[in-house]
Amino acid sequence: MKTIKEINAKIGRGDAVVVTAEEIIDLVAKKGVRKVAREVDVVTTATFGPMCSSGVYFNIGHSKPRIKLGGGSCTVNDVPVYAAFGAVDVFLGATAVPDDDPRNKIFPGEFKYGGGHVIQELAAGKDVRLECSAYGTDCYPRRKLETLLNIRDLNEAVLFNMRNCYQNYNVAVNLSGKTVFTYMGMLKPRLGNANYSSAGQLSPLLKDPYYRTIGIGTRIFLGGGIGYIAWHGTQHNPCVERGRNGIPLGGAGTLAVIGDLKQMSPEWLVGTSMAGYGVTLSIGIGVPIPVFDEEVVRRAAVTDAEIYAPVVDYGRDYPQRSSRIIAEVSYAELRSGNIKLRGKTVPTGSLSSYARARKIAVLLKTRIEEGEFFLTEPSAALPGAESGYKVKPLNERLYKKE
Amino acid sequence: MISRKVVLHFPRKLVEQPIVFKLVKDYELNFNILKAYVTPDEEGLMVLELSGEEPAFEKGLHYLKSCGVKIQPLSQDVVRNEKKCTDCGVCVPLCPAGALLPDKESREIVFSEDKCIACGVCVRICPFKAMEVRF
Repeated sequence: MKTIKEINAKIGRGDAVVVTAEEIIDLVAKKGVRKVAREVDVVTTATFGPMCSSGVYFNIGHSKPRIKLGGGSCTVNDVPVYAAFGAVDVFLGATAVPDDDPRNKIFPGEFKYGGGHVIQELAAGKDVRLECSAYGTDCYPRRKLETLLNIRDLNEAVLFNMRNCYQNYNVAVNLSGKTVFTYMGMLKPRLGNANYSSAGQLSPLLKDPYYRTIGIGTRIFLGGGIGYIAWHGTQHNPCVERGRNGIPLGGAGTLAVIGDLKQMSPEWLVGTSMAGYGVTLSIGIGVPIPVFDEEVVRRAAVTDAEIYAPVVDYGRDYPQRSSRIIAEVSYAELRSGNIKLRGKTVPTGSLSSYARARKIAVLLKTRIEEGEFFLTEPSAALPGAESGYKVKPLNERLYKKE
Repeated sequence: MISRKVVLHFPRKLVEQPIVFKLVKDYELNFNILKAYVTPDEEGLMVLELSGEEPAFEKGLHYLKSCGVKIQPLSQDVVRNEKKCTDCGVCVPLCPAGALLPDKESREIVFSEDKCIACGVCVRICPFKAMEVRF
C-alpha cells in the first residue's frame, strides 16, 4: 500500500517509476499484477478529442473611462461571448459562431470559425479583436469599446470545461437511407461507416472505472499546462450497467476541469469544425493514476479488447432520444479498421486521436519523472457507482401563455 | 503498358469538344473517369486514370497539351497540412480510395498520395481543415 505522500517524495527525489496506461498492459502480462504494484508508482492516462462543453473566461482589465459589459453585448473576432457578469469578465464558449455565419443554411454548413478557434488563437498568443457595446451608467459611463486583446495582457484567462473525459462513448452509425452530418462526423447511409470517440485503453476514467484515485482536486495535464478536476462533469452518470471488469458499457462518468489558459498551447487546444454540426474545441487531457495497490494496477491494465462500446443509430434513434443499442463492440475491434454489424463489414473512424493521447501520456510521464509534476490528494470523491447519482432527461412541461 | 492518374484542366473553349474520345480512338488509351465537373463560368476539371502503350501514352498527353488542356499529376491535387492534422482518423472510413489509413504501430494517419483520387471528401469533413485542395 503506497500513499500519495510517498509517491510525491519519490517524484521529488527523481526516482518515481512512471508508465503509461499502454505500457502497464505489457508490464502486467510479463511480470504479473503483484510485482508491478510494488515497482510502479504512477500510471499516466490521456485523451485528445472534441469536447463541446468547453469555454474560457477572462478578465480584460478596466478601460479609461470605465465600461460595464454586463447587460450589453460583446464579441471576440466576431464570435459572441457571454458578458453577464461583473464589469469586465466575459465567458467565451467553444461552440459559439459569428452572428453572420451561414450555419446550416447551405447544408451541410462548414463552420469554419468559432469559439474553439478563438480559444486556440488566444492560447497561441495571437491578438484578437474585442468589440463591445454597453448601456452606460454613472459609474461605468462608456458605451463602446473596440480594442485588440492579447492573452498576456489579460488579468486572468481560465479554461473551464463543464464536461470532459467521457468514460466510454457511443459508436455512431447511420441506419437511415441518407447521409447525416453529426457531432460524430459524417455518417453514410445504411451502415456506411461507424465512428467512435474514446482513447479506450489510454482513457482516464476507463482506467480508474470506480474513481478510486481520480477525484475533485486531482492535478492533471490540461491543454499543455496544469489543470485540476473541479467537479464531476455535467451528465455524470456513474450508476450505469458495467461489465464484469467494472467498466461501464456506455457513456458514464464525466469530469469538469479547470486550468490556466496562459500555460496552455495551441497544439493541445485545437479549434474544430464539424461539417453540418458546428464548431467545437479538441482538448488534450492527461490524468495520473497513483498506484496505491494491486487493485489499481489490475484496473489500469485493462486492454482495448476488454472495453466495450454501444453502437447507436444516429440516423433516427439518437435524434429521437431512443435508447436502442444495435450492438456492443470492443475498442480492439474498432481499432482493427472495421466491425461486423448485421452481417455487413463496416469501416470505422475515430474522432478522438489515439496518436495524440499517447503523446500526452508520454509527456505527462516525462514531466513526473523529471520532478516537474507532483500528484495531489483529491479533496472529495466523485459521485460513484453506488451513489445513486443519475443523468436525467428533460421532462417538458407546458405552461400557460398569458 | 503504363498507367497514371492525371488531372486535366479544360479551358472554357474546349469544354464542348470530344477530346477524351480522341484519346481512345487515335491513341488507343484506356481511361477511367475518377472525377469530372464543369462549371459554366470556369474551366472543366477531370481526373482520369489513363493507361496505354508507352509511345502512344506520351503522344496522347502531347495531343492534350496541344489542344490547350493543362495536365497535372494527381498527387499534387489534395495535400495534407501536417501541422493541422491531429491524426484522429475520422477521414479513414470515408476515403473511397483507401489513401488515408492508420499506421498500426504509431497510430498516426498515413496519407498515400499515390492512391488519392482527389474526390475531396476528406477536404469537406476534416474537422481541422488539414486536407487542402491545390489546383
